[in-house]
Amino acid sequence: MPRIIVQHEDFDAGAELARLNAGDVGGIGSFIGVVRGEGKITALHLEHYPAMTERALMKIADEAMARWPLHDCTIIHRVGTLHPGDNIVFVAAASAHRDAALRATAFLIDWLKTSAPFWKREDFVSGTSAWVVAREADEAVAAAWTK
Amino acid sequence: MKLLYFAWLREKIGVSEEDVTLPANLLSVADLVGWLKGRGPGYEAAFAQANLVRCAIDQEFGRAESSIAGAKEIAFFPPVTGG
Repeated sequence: MPRIIVQHEDFDAGAELARLNAGDVGGIGSFIGVVRGEGKITALHLEHYPAMTERALMKIADEAMARWPLHDCTIIHRVGTLHPGDNIVFVAAASAHRDAALRATAFLIDWLKTSAPFWKREDFVSGTSAWVVAREADEAVAAAWTK
Repeated sequence: MKLLYFAWLREKIGVSEEDVTLPANLLSVADLVGWLKGRGPGYEAAFAQANLVRCAIDQEFGRAESSIAGAKEIAFFPPVTGG
């Protein structure tokens, strides 16, 4: 059963990886997204659609479980105000073999980028603020998994 | 019907949610958007560029041509930017 969490607090990646090391697991793939400051961003605000978010993340996790022989997978996404260097998102997949674990991990983050209702607004050093514009490249990467 | 707005659509329209009674002749999301655009300058601005607006019908992603018949909650938002 995939573990899906949306929370303000930070996550403990080590504890999450340890939790996936259960049964006859041969490998665990994981990805952590971090707020990138690039010297110009002071804060990042993550808004989401609470009634829909967990359902959308579960659909992404279920799709990964259907595509690869996974023992389990985890998606944790933070919301609220974050700062450069803060963790934003954690995805991980456990399988008997590395190929499924690594591919499923990439799929989870690629699909999350285009299929889960989160929106980012950035505060800049200059004092201004702007909503992040979706990248067409992210759409293309996610679409590649449907081929 | 309950309507929800997120990110810059919420900012342009000025509310995060509202309950509306729709005319019976609205069948699709596109029809609903057309009706909403007539409700004021904030709506007009929010929906000015249809290619920048996405929607969910009862918490499932929908499209402009999706039917709104029987829907309880429709949300409008920009393309998602999580992860």
